[in-house]
Amino acid sequence: MTLLLFLAILDGLAYAAQVFMVAVGLTLIFGVLRILNVAHGSFFAIGGYVAATLGTWAAATAAAPVLALPVLLLAAVMVGGVLGPAIERLVLARIYTKEHVLQLLVTFALFMILEDVQKLVWGVQPIFQDGPVRALGQVEVGDIIYTAYQLYLLPGVALATLFGLMWFLRRTLTGRVIVAVTEDREAATAMGIDANRVYLLTFTVGTVLAALGGALASPTTSLVPGVGVNMIVLSFAVVATAGLGQIEGAMLTALLIGLGRSVAVYFAPEFEVVIPYIIMVAVLLIRPHGLFGRPELRRV
Amino acid sequence: MAKLTRRTTLQAAVASTLALPALLPRQAIGQQKPSEIRLGISTFLSGPASVFGVPGRNAADLLIEQFNRAGGIGGVPIRSIVIDEAPGVDFLLGECRRLVQNEGVDVMLASISSGSCLAVAPLAEQLRMPTILWDCGTQRIFEEASYRYCVRTQANAVPEIVAPLLYLMKIRPDFRTLAVLNQDYAWGRDSWAIWKAAMDAVKPGVRVVAELFPRFGATDFSTEITRLLALRPDVIFSTSWGGELDTFIRQAAERRLFERSTFVLPLVESSLERVGKTLPEGVIVGGRGDHWFLHPTAKDTRILKDFTAAYRQRFNLYPIYPTFHMAQALYGLKAGYEKAISANGGSWPSREQLMDTMRGLEFAHLTGTMKIREDGQGLEPMLIGMTKHVNEYPFPVIDRMVLFPPELTMNPIGTKGLDWVRLLTPASVQRAPAEIPYRA
Repeated sequence: MTLLLFLAILDGLAYAAQVFMVAVGLTLIFGVLRILNVAHGSFFAIGGYVAATLGTWAAATAAAPVLALPVLLLAAVMVGGVLGPAIERLVLARIYTKEHVLQLLVTFALFMILEDVQKLVWGVQPIFQDGPVRALGQVEVGDIIYTAYQLYLLPGVALATLFGLMWFLRRTLTGRVIVAVTEDREAATAMGIDANRVYLLTFTVGTVLAALGGALASPTTSLVPGVGVNMIVLSFAVVATAGLGQIEGAMLTALLIGLGRSVAVYFAPEFEVVIPYIIMVAVLLIRPHGLFGRPELRRV
Repeated sequence: MAKLTRRTTLQAAVASTLALPALLPRQAIGQQKPSEIRLGISTFLSGPASVFGVPGRNAADLLIEQFNRAGGIGGVPIRSIVIDEAPGVDFLLGECRRLVQNEGVDVMLASISSGSCLAVAPLAEQLRMPTILWDCGTQRIFEEASYRYCVRTQANAVPEIVAPLLYLMKIRPDFRTLAVLNQDYAWGRDSWAIWKAAMDAVKPGVRVVAELFPRFGATDFSTEITRLLALRPDVIFSTSWGGELDTFIRQAAERRLFERSTFVLPLVESSLERVGKTLPEGVIVGGRGDHWFLHPTAKDTRILKDFTAAYRQRFNLYPIYPTFHMAQALYGLKAGYEKAISANGGSWPSREQLMDTMRGLEFAHLTGTMKIREDGQGLEPMLIGMTKHVNEYPFPVIDRMVLFPPELTMNPIGTKGLDWVRLLTPASVQRAPAEIPYRA
């Protein structure tokens, strides 16, 4: 029983890391831009596809083991660096002042377009590139075999992302500027802060994080049409449970969902599918603004 | 008012005769040879199931071109109109109505999803639309209702699950524990119900140590794999497919789960080329019917060799089971029309004549022959085997093949599959045909 619980915790941590990597970008973008970005799932999927494509190229070179991990980061930066600024400037910048419903519809339209772009470029056959998993090898816990990628790398990157973001937002000038715009855009603008630049930067960082989530998932999963849909639904559950815009909350919620799901697989498998949503409903019934969310004051 | 004379009466008669074809709906002109056969095809062009839907559509494109080059069907060329069933049943029904009423479609080929077929079959009756169910697996269609305008040119879920079970019993009769990992939707649940009922009949006392149903579209099976590694079941059964099956295989291989349990994967034929030799030897393989591009009795035939070569040249992939299912539907349609034309003295048959002919029809396709039963259900053997690594292909081939005949795995007309499998006995295993080894 103790061993099973220990194994469940290990699995839960690895799953939580994956979930957090997708949700953190979504919550960051909402926290600053106040836009619920449905296209986030597409950034995840495209990040995965580009990482798998680069990984396949790297696997054919002599330096395959060395390149296996850096290509994941490279893919995330490429996707986020291109799609993020382009979409923010060309599309989102025009709808910041519009109603939330319209913003939701526009990002949904983007999502649909990007889904078709994926099919156009990568087709419909599942794509898989597990070079990074093989490069890191396996680890034995008791007589259970894990991959080092799952046990060490994913949680490590998730923790590094959490602490890196916290440090960036609280200890750097750019981060503090972002926080200032989040708190009160008008006051920040009056003090000379270029809010548009802050929005551009934040959206790009959020896009890179989504693409990094996809890139990190790509060595362990098959990329198929619709992979972005599945992740966006789960990410929304995490973000809503945590409280919109709450980065630490997203990590805690990802942990709750990850551990809850893996304990369910061990002890009550029929609840595996619904566990994230049971947690979400339970939290929102007690705290309607999420675990870390707070009610917004209405400005008059 | 014009005066009615013999001349005006004759003029009116001639004019109305000439205008009739344009005024009446196409279905009312039963015996007139059309200028083309308009063929509606519903398949998944988007979403996860497009891994099956697109190869099916590709096969249709390729074969229709081949048929048309050879004169079409009965001298009439075929024109296909493809619709996506991914948006859901309501959308599909609307599209089917549009195809029939606006596009004047003559025959429909529907669909991949069982839910789609269960909805399309009653609509086909209502619209009097000849419909061939080309890929969906649910056995309920012809068990729960009788349809004049629907037939199925493939087997169904009952033999697709019973055959791998009989194969497992033949290969590894001593198994005592089993775990299941299926997708959490209708097929995952229904296929497990058939397997469980049949297994309890042919081998009572097997302990099911885990029933895992990860959500449809899951991208990670790490937790399930840890659980299976800890439980060490003798057999792991999974009817998963597409990207999820590929992911499960990769993750299970990375964590050496294949070394601890015998895997039964009734749909894995469609994943072999993608997962490559990550899938080890000794895994029990199925492909939903009597087909494979290296089919043991058809691999050297010109028709299969040419099709495989043409398919590979055009799509850079080997054909998989939905490709063959589409081929079966098209060869069945062609045979049905030709037989109906012949029975009609060379005249073009009405849709009722066509569908009446389809029942009892026996026709050749790419890998063998199949028969359509009187209730509209197709009968075909089930090819089951075991993975083997060879030098000729960068992915596993199927060895130790058994072609289970339909009389051993399919419930008779008038019975329900789920009830019938409970009547199976261990003797069913003894009646299985001999194994056929893989030949290069």
